[in-house]
Amino acid sequence: MTTLPTGEQRRRRPPAGEHPRSWLLRRPAPAGELSWRWAAAGVATLVAALLGGLALGPAGIPPGAIAGDLVARLPWTDFGSPLSALDDAVLWELRAPRVVLGALVGATLALAGGAYQAVFRNPLADPYLLGAAAGAGLGATIAIVYAGSVPLPPAAFAGATAAVGGAYLLGRSVGGGRSTATLILAGVAMAAFLTALQTLLLQQDTENVRAVYAWLLGRLSTSGWADVLLVLPYAAVSVVAVLAHRRVLDALRVGDDEALGLGVPVARVRILVIGAATLGTAAAVAVSGLIGFVGIVVPHAVRLLAGSSYRVVLPLSALFVAAFLVLADVIARTALSPAELPIGVVTACIGAPFFVLVLRTTGAAST
Amino acid sequence: MIGHGPEAIVADRVGVRLGGRAVLHDVSLRVRRGGWTTLIGPNGAGKTSLLRAIAGTVAHTGSVTVEGRELQALRPRARALGLATVPQTPLLPADMTVREYVLLGRTPHLGLLGRPGASDRGAVGEAIARLDLDRLADRRLDALSGWERQRAVLARALAQGAPVLLLDEPTTALDVGRQQEVLELVGELRTERGLTVLGAMHDLTLAGQYADRLALLDGGRLVGEGWPAEVLTETLIARHYRARVHVTEVDGVPVVLPARTEAAA
Repeated sequence: MTTLPTGEQRRRRPPAGEHPRSWLLRRPAPAGELSWRWAAAGVATLVAALLGGLALGPAGIPPGAIAGDLVARLPWTDFGSPLSALDDAVLWELRAPRVVLGALVGATLALAGGAYQAVFRNPLADPYLLGAAAGAGLGATIAIVYAGSVPLPPAAFAGATAAVGGAYLLGRSVGGGRSTATLILAGVAMAAFLTALQTLLLQQDTENVRAVYAWLLGRLSTSGWADVLLVLPYAAVSVVAVLAHRRVLDALRVGDDEALGLGVPVARVRILVIGAATLGTAAAVAVSGLIGFVGIVVPHAVRLLAGSSYRVVLPLSALFVAAFLVLADVIARTALSPAELPIGVVTACIGAPFFVLVLRTTGAAST
Repeated sequence: MIGHGPEAIVADRVGVRLGGRAVLHDVSLRVRRGGWTTLIGPNGAGKTSLLRAIAGTVAHTGSVTVEGRELQALRPRARALGLATVPQTPLLPADMTVREYVLLGRTPHLGLLGRPGASDRGAVGEAIARLDLDRLADRRLDALSGWERQRAVLARALAQGAPVLLLDEPTTALDVGRQQEVLELVGELRTERGLTVLGAMHDLTLAGQYADRLALLDGGRLVGEGWPAEVLTETLIARHYRARVHVTEVDGVPVVLPARTEAAA
């Protein structure tokens, strides 16, 4: 008896043992190490995005003049910048801090997302899992409603860190710190409570709804270098601490007991990594609002394309999300110029279809 | 590590409580260096709890000394250098490759922030070759058969380089040939590297064939300890397993045969 191939057989996926192939990666890197090809691709993408972010904008400064200005700023060159004083101010006081801020916020959110996914062994974890977003939202709402008495970034930062700290203590007091599930539930409870407070505040003061809503959707319009300097120390500490733990986070993938058996002080690593990720998230949220989505989707895309080890996922996610946010911001400020789109809307509109594309080309379900 | 008695593992009055219930009552057990002791006993007897207490992954009373060092005083990293565990149901990240997984065994040698060096790569390569995993080294863990997975887990424990190996039910989900193969392998590794092995098993005949000592647990207490022929008796098995068995001897090793009760027959 001859058997015809069934539809199921014809649509057969590649064997599960095969690495997802892509145009960038011909051969899997050995034992989860970051291949130089991917590292170079990440750095090149970020550099291109930074240059693009500087060159593109509603003010219409010619790219040639920008290139001339960049060269003129190099040491040992002695010709004047071709830019006018106004263009120079637009470039270095408006665009440059935005571009740098976008890269900083992107890298921080990406690492925080990857770190949360690792310590909770949950592919759906994002930097806002333990209530950082709700806490920051409440802090920002207070700052907007009682305008003048509290500046917004510190209020949002305090709200985010207090929410996660509260969730951690709550989770510890019921779960004894052993189970991540109780910690996540404590975060959910904390977020629900803080969101309710925020809603209550807003209902008392409806004229500020628009301002709060705009903040919730995220934006990178800055007050110049001051915001960059505000985020920089927290982002630096967070990035260094999370990246330093990337190997240990790989060991956590086999479960708490086995990781402990491999010599990882699991409880200490967890609080340290959550603390570092939260610090970075709070600082990022404080200046840019709630930019959702990138902390969860980009690490997954990297995982599918370049490998699942955190030694690969964390640094590559940081580079690609930084580049992605810079480019998303270019779209946010040019698409409807002179009006600005909320960057959270742009990241979701581009990111979601891109992620579907990644899922389709790799033919692999996320695990 | 010589100079503190002939025992590699000394458990002294170890007690474990889980969810408010005592599952292990003051169990004392010694395993000589280079020896192989297998814990036997009915389901819920406390075999896994004793192994977890010795591995330091569950809170316990009493003391456990491994190679002369009190475990509770050690940091996780120092403990992992002395003791490697093969868990009963290891969590195998689906998209991790065999080589990455075996490299995890080197974690205690690297510390929190270290990078693997030539010696780590050497140990990983050696463990992979020893367990005949070369061909599978770049395969994902979810693409392995049960037998291949068990070898990957053993390779990870081997790469850890610890003198003491804890094996919780290493033969679960393997066919009879692979059960023999895994136990032969553990025996060879034990001789080659002078490992001390403490395991837990359900198959009494296999347990007696490979271990040099058996420890029978029931209801969280140690109720028998000795050479296989001393522990695998019809009386002890009937009393503690509530099972009707015949014990015969083949080549000097006890063979436990389940017998159908007369009422059922």
